[in-house]
Amino acid sequence: MLDSSFYTKADEILSKHPAQERSLIPILHEIQESYNYVPVELLPYIAKHIGISETKAYSVASFYERFSFEPKGKYIIRVCDGTACHVRQSLPVLERLRAELNLSDKKHTTDDMLFTVETVSCLGACSLAPALMVNDHVHPAMTPDKATKLLQDLREEEAKS
Amino acid sequence: MGTMKIDGYPVEFTDEPNILSVIRKAGIDLPTLCYHSELSIYGACRLCNVEDEKGRMFASCSERPRDGMSIKTSTPRLVRYRRMLIELMLASHHRDCTTCVKNGDCELQNLAHRLGVNSVPWGYRQPKHKKDFSSPSIVRDPDKCILCGDCVRVCDDIQGINAIDFANRGTEAMVIPAFNKSIADTDCVNCGQCRVVCPTGAISINTNIRPVWEALADPNIKVFAQVAPAVRVAAGQAFGGPKGENVMGKIVAALHRLGFDEVYDTTFGADMTILEESKEFLEVYKKGGPFPLLTSCCPAWVKFCENRWPEFVPNISTSYSPIQMLGSIAREYYADPAHNEGKKILSVGIMPCTAKKAEILREDLKRDGKQNIDYVLTTEEMITMIKRAGIDFNELESEAADMPFGMGSGGGVIFGNSGGVMEAALRTLCEGSERLEIEKLRQSGVRGPGALREFVFNYKGNEIKAAVVSGLAEANALLQRIHNGESFYHFVEVMACRRGCIMGGGQPAHGGYKTKEARKHGLYESDVNTQIKKSNENPTALAIYDTLIKGREHELLHSHKH
Repeated sequence: MLDSSFYTKADEILSKHPAQERSLIPILHEIQESYNYVPVELLPYIAKHIGISETKAYSVASFYERFSFEPKGKYIIRVCDGTACHVRQSLPVLERLRAELNLSDKKHTTDDMLFTVETVSCLGACSLAPALMVNDHVHPAMTPDKATKLLQDLREEEAKS
Repeated sequence: MGTMKIDGYPVEFTDEPNILSVIRKAGIDLPTLCYHSELSIYGACRLCNVEDEKGRMFASCSERPRDGMSIKTSTPRLVRYRRMLIELMLASHHRDCTTCVKNGDCELQNLAHRLGVNSVPWGYRQPKHKKDFSSPSIVRDPDKCILCGDCVRVCDDIQGINAIDFANRGTEAMVIPAFNKSIADTDCVNCGQCRVVCPTGAISINTNIRPVWEALADPNIKVFAQVAPAVRVAAGQAFGGPKGENVMGKIVAALHRLGFDEVYDTTFGADMTILEESKEFLEVYKKGGPFPLLTSCCPAWVKFCENRWPEFVPNISTSYSPIQMLGSIAREYYADPAHNEGKKILSVGIMPCTAKKAEILREDLKRDGKQNIDYVLTTEEMITMIKRAGIDFNELESEAADMPFGMGSGGGVIFGNSGGVMEAALRTLCEGSERLEIEKLRQSGVRGPGALREFVFNYKGNEIKAAVVSGLAEANALLQRIHNGESFYHFVEVMACRRGCIMGGGQPAHGGYKTKEARKHGLYESDVNTQIKKSNENPTALAIYDTLIKGREHELLHSHKH
């Protein structure tokens, strides 16, 4: 069972959108933004409100990579593995990040909920390959060593805040 | 309107919704796995691809015919593409064909054979997912799923339930209930229409063949069967007979050969349902409500109403469905030592329906904690048993169903068609010059095409407003209108499956338009050939009121859900 605060927050988001099928994706975006994930328990609640089946809501939410049913870390690192980034050695960058953070292709988020590392198909920043994003910020021309440095910087930033 | 060229031959078209229909009208059976004329168009399987004169390829199911068009249906390129499509589907399919329930009846298997797919270059896929046995009606095997989406659309478009849908994406994509729940935890009403459209073994009937077979072999158990009306017009085709032919006589003979001690006719139960339901209707009608009275025969509909429209549950007739009527009365009959011969009794229903497998388990239909029917076998399972026993169905001499529950009226036999329950019920209200009255009723609008039919019946100078609806999405819309006060009816018949039980979830699959029409006419024809037209004139049904029921109608013939 989710804490009632989740439903209060959901109500707040739902009230901003018309109670129609087409509102599903905008609502999911806002939920994802608020919590860094979409708590599955909210899907039947949202579905009922906008008049669709929970099956349909689950179908849409599970389709898009952008929506996650697992809680994500504060810093979401998306390593681009599109063609351009891949040929310019994005995988060693990914491997370094996973090694530093003790993550794998099965485990994406650190236990302290600080970092999530995942791959994306293309960031649309091919001229900056290999690229990655930390939340909404793009980091160009990455190398494994730059990735190590990036993690250090983020940890320092976190320590300050 | 217009003319197009198909493989060089001119073909006229009128209102065909797509090129595929024109091609099929021209006598070419273009392969498809995701096209069903009554469902929305999906264009996923790409097998119906054709080529135009410029060499462009497109899916013929999702393109309208245009005047002057010229297309080719099997160029070497198309043939190569189709073969590769099947190879790709087989590559991600759990190919244990020889032991699969769908072996020999699988559309994917048939197409692989037909298109000459002799090997799959991409290795064998091991099963990854658990089968879902949670439903008494259907079994889901996700490793057999080819993602054609037929089940998703029939569940959503026709039934308005959407118990299953696509989830995840890419290689992870699957058709599952929300949150990967088991199917029993969803709003599934067990109608089995998903299983009818499934081209592979991904959704199949949850079979009860084994325990029935064991009971048949046990000399200490007396096993009796009852055969529902719709079964008799669907089974013959499976043995190479004509579509829609009434083969009740051969079914009875085959079941006797299989070892059933007695074979009864559910038409008798249908007459009982009508006797009780029409009494109930007259009471409600005289009392002035609550309207509409809703029929109770279809268990998928009853479950749907309970899930979605609890406010209408009190309007559902309390009269048992035909299978329960016969089951309950036969239980009473066999309680007598003179009839049970000191043996255990096993009651089996042969039904066109997967939802009946769930209905017999309902608590409100048990008496003294015991089910009225022990097992339901679908038409498909009965056919399997006959074939497995090696009985040459076509060579059998017809036999009549056994007494005292082997006789039914014409009203009872048309129960399997959408509109049949309503017509049978209203027949009992016909007075005066009977043949004329029954004919008038027949032409009142109770029969005909369309998922929803509304008509007015004159009863002693009063108007009875009636509606007949099949397909739960359509029923849902109807209830919404009644709820909003936009529509009013005295009496409504609902069947979950489009066209009624003849197209039920337990019937042989692959039924096209001709099969559907043939089954419907098969039942109406059986009515024509029955001397007793009205359920309330079936002497065997009337007799048991004195011999078995003796004033206990409420206990023996009605459910107590409200």
